[in-house]
Amino acid sequence: MYAFAFQRPKSLADAVTAIGAEEDGKLLGGGQTLLPTLKQRLAQPSALIDLSAVPELKGITEAAGGLTIGAFTRHAEVAHSATVARVIPALASLAEGIGDRQVRNMGTLGGSIANSDPAADYPSAVVGLKATVKTDRRDIAGDDFFTGMFETALEPGEVIVSVHFPKPDKAAYAKFRNPASRYAVVGVFVAVFGSEVRVAVTGAGPSVFRLPSFEAALAGNFSAAALDGLTVDADGLNADLHASAEYRAHLVGVMAKRAVTAAG
Amino acid sequence: MANTVTLTVNGKTVTREVEERTLLVHFLRETLGLTGTHVGCDTSQCGACVVHVDGRSVKSCTTLAVQVDGASVTTIEGLAAADGTLHPMQAAFREHHGLQCGFCTPGMVMSAVDLVRENPTPSEKDVREGLEGNICRCTGYHNIVKAVLTGAEAMRSGSDAKIAAE
Repeated sequence: MYAFAFQRPKSLADAVTAIGAEEDGKLLGGGQTLLPTLKQRLAQPSALIDLSAVPELKGITEAAGGLTIGAFTRHAEVAHSATVARVIPALASLAEGIGDRQVRNMGTLGGSIANSDPAADYPSAVVGLKATVKTDRRDIAGDDFFTGMFETALEPGEVIVSVHFPKPDKAAYAKFRNPASRYAVVGVFVAVFGSEVRVAVTGAGPSVFRLPSFEAALAGNFSAAALDGLTVDADGLNADLHASAEYRAHLVGVMAKRAVTAAG
Repeated sequence: MANTVTLTVNGKTVTREVEERTLLVHFLRETLGLTGTHVGCDTSQCGACVVHVDGRSVKSCTTLAVQVDGASVTTIEGLAAADGTLHPMQAAFREHHGLQCGFCTPGMVMSAVDLVRENPTPSEKDVREGLEGNICRCTGYHNIVKAVLTGAEAMRSGSDAKIAAE
């Protein structure tokens, strides 16, 4: 790693001030992506602002007909929360499938979505559940938050405070995971809100995206069979040594069906 | 620039100056001389570096020492009793030959103790899933899983592993 300065602010206001004062500072969540990146010298921030001691960023609360989860809430806390299991069980199960046990003990919700890895799990829940990302200065709709591969709507120095997930009538996440990294080769989050069905896909493209054709078919008939015959265009999807674009396109259909079946 | 960190490591309070970029695993091995915690892949995959921070298993090669300032850290050296009596999980690994070359063993044992703390009665599937963050390149997984199941039973009974009878 290149050298950097380190700060651990004790309040949200201090964190916002600290990151604003840095030429090229990075906010540190659990560090499970950022630290490996630094170890490979792929980035050279002037400072890391560790958010672990900021109380405003922590906790899981039932609010406004859903869940508000602090940005510095670790994956293991979401996975094991009785509140999450009761209100949005699909979210607990998604968190339990992130990385491995040790990654879940460190990694945070805010860190995951701020990084916007194309194969991360949480972005599919943020978009699928119509979540709202609350920052130190504004609310950002989940649909507008992820803007590309490792790109988000966040401005320089903007700090994610929490994410509000509305409670769906039902929801499920199905993931075809890379057996080594446990990242999603393809992951599909399906959620039902009244007559509206949302289908959010991660792992397949440069960033999370919705599938309007799947959503329309499921709104008329919420069953795996409703997706028979629907295909996904492989053009523009990710291709790497783990899966070709065509294979990912196929997996989107398979995972969507599994998610619909799991949602019941 | 140096930072001062104070940690409780295996029950003892230590205060040292560290560089911001010092990884916890290097702090443990090089500053404190606790070389039982290993660096395997150095890319957060293999789990040879697993230690407990405030009771939770983490990869110490993917944690900065300054990040855990004030925390309580347990390494493989801190598991056995003061008189040298092995922790039940260590005893179970020995009895079941849950190791071949032994390089991954400290991380395997630390992960196993953490998973049994959370789930005292794991099934074989729970153990295999719970050890997903640990890689054994000798591929000796079957005996590792047997050892963890026995170790879990011994931890439940609160006594030494009752494995001699098998």
